[in-house]
Amino acid sequence: MILAGCDGDRTWRLQDYVARGGYSALRKILAEKIPQDAIIAELKTSVLRGRGGAGFPTGLKWSFMPRSFPGDKYLACNSDEGEPGTFKDRDILRYNPHSVIEGMAIAAYAMGAARGYNYIHGEIFETYSRFEEALAEAREAGFIGRNILGSDFSFELFAHHGYGAYICGEETALLESIEGKKGQPRFKPPFPASYGLYGKPTTINNTETFASVPFIMNMGGEAFLNLGKPNNGGMKLFSVSGHVNRPGNYEIPLGTPFAELLEMAGGMRGGRKIKAVIPGGSSAPVVPGSVMMDCTMDYDSISKAGSMLGSGAVIVMDETTCMVKALERLSYFYFEESCGQCTPCREGTGWLYRVVHRIEHGLGRPDDLDLLNSVTTNIMGRTICALGDAASMPVQSFVKHFGSEFEYHIENKKCLVPPEVQRAGSQIYVSPSC
Amino acid sequence: MLSQESLQQIDREIAKYPPDQTQSAVMAALRIAQVEKGWLPKELIEFVARYLGMPPIAAFEVASFYNMYDLAPVGRHKITVCTNLPCALSGGVHAADYIKEKLGIDFNETTPDGKFTLKEGECMGACGDAPVLLVNNHHMCSWMTTEKIDQMLAELDKK
Ligand SMILES: Cc1cc2nc3c(=O)[nH]c(=O)nc-3n(C[C@H](O)[C@H](O)[C@H](O)COP(=O)(O)O)c2cc1C
Ligand code: SF4
Ligand code: FES
Repeated sequence: MILAGCDGDRTWRLQDYVARGGYSALRKILAEKIPQDAIIAELKTSVLRGRGGAGFPTGLKWSFMPRSFPGDKYLACNSDEGEPGTFKDRDILRYNPHSVIEGMAIAAYAMGAARGYNYIHGEIFETYSRFEEALAEAREAGFIGRNILGSDFSFELFAHHGYGAYICGEETALLESIEGKKGQPRFKPPFPASYGLYGKPTTINNTETFASVPFIMNMGGEAFLNLGKPNNGGMKLFSVSGHVNRPGNYEIPLGTPFAELLEMAGGMRGGRKIKAVIPGGSSAPVVPGSVMMDCTMDYDSISKAGSMLGSGAVIVMDETTCMVKALERLSYFYFEESCGQCTPCREGTGWLYRVVHRIEHGLGRPDDLDLLNSVTTNIMGRTICALGDAASMPVQSFVKHFGSEFEYHIENKKCLVPPEVQRAGSQIYVSPSC
Repeated sequence: MLSQESLQQIDREIAKYPPDQTQSAVMAALRIAQVEKGWLPKELIEFVARYLGMPPIAAFEVASFYNMYDLAPVGRHKITVCTNLPCALSGGVHAADYIKEKLGIDFNETTPDGKFTLKEGECMGACGDAPVLLVNNHHMCSWMTTEKIDQMLAELDKK
């Protein structure tokens, strides 16, 4: 859908998007003066769920924006994609930037917002530059700016470039960052819909969420829903990384069996055996490979398997992976990226990392697994934002499903998977098609 | 303290925000300043703060919070390799080790000739391109096999 008909770097420009039917939804809405409520109702019918991680219904979120608020209202697009394993928003912005611009313009119309910002991850400066170019094209053609397409609807849209902080993906940290401050999450409530950017009502959605909107408007909510399965509407981009033959983004209907997705990604590298999958970005609990093979890729099925669909980042690990080492790297990430505001997260993520590190390095103690569990329970639910939980869930799930591997490390002071096997499994691998 | 061109770029950033919210441009202004000067000495951060009419301490907070600002001098080329788990499964760590060996430096070190600084990075949102690395914050290199690393280092060495 979003990436259908796109040909990489060659077809991202306005004229290409228009040739694919782009901006027709915005055109129609403005020409027919479709009421705001009708747009939100269509989204509710589509059961589009937020693609940024939490899966919150988008139509419902839009309906929270105060309708009669007299002052400025804002939109923010969350392109701060930094969740390990997720790399879909970069491709949307590189290959189909106008779908995001059109989606945001429709959102602005539906919620009465006059200004929007797209917050783009620091490490993808080249993508940010391209998005700036796309914005200039859209402005020039009258799709954003004053009196869009001759209507009385005006909407200004700008790009804001991050500079290296995972936490700015959290929506209130993102707003602080646009305000020119440290990206530290705010207490909620108040929620952004009442107190957001510059203290004004604001709606934040993920890049893929906004990019889906024009397609939903064109095909209708019902048809979008039917692409997927009940309560899991539409198509979704899955970023597949790790031990597969063809890592990359795959846009498929929600509800597609995991086994099919794995096949699309070229199957397991070297024909090796699947060991574990993190199905929704590094913050989602890990799932044993055998369980995963019976799942379908949608919010409900993955949740039944004890994990989360999250951002749709599927990290595949084969039998050469040492689970302790894998967790060690993830725990380091959360320790490094904690914004330091709340004690349980600031101290707890450091503690988790140090304990997993010592287990991996043969210095684990018999009660370390209990310690890990108790530290996570003391973090979860006691922090301002969800990073605390995001750091804890991998630890709990790795220990739960691969506890014996952790115990082996503690008892034998070495890895269950021999180091040379690990090394061979994680060699530099570039798919032949790249 | 900054060139006319950089100041113009900063002015364009300021124009993106409401008139009473110039502080919103601080991240971009620091980036532009760093591109011109190579890193962010104290005086430069103060200059940027004054230019935007914000307290210097608030600009320091921003400069130290975000990972891509360099508060100490770096080599002419800063290479940041992603070693996070998804990349590591496809050789991110091996790529970093190869660069370390070739340049004879570890993470957070600079070669004696001042040409290269090596950094370890977190997920860049490009895991499908593993191994990935950034050159001077703004140029991303994908699928970095050892041959491509050789080639990249040779080209940078000439600049
Ligand atoms: C630590 C943390 C990091 C997050 N990172 C991202 C991100 O990179 N991109 C994103 O869209 N949402 C991210 N989120 C979720 C956002 O807070 C927010 O829920 C989302 O952008 C809402 O958009 P959606 O409803 O369209 O999914 C993150 C949340 C947390 C707690
Ligand atoms: S949970 Fe962690 S990242 Fe989130 S606000 Fe608290 S300290 Fe910051
Ligand atoms: S883990 Fe390296 S770019 Fe995502």
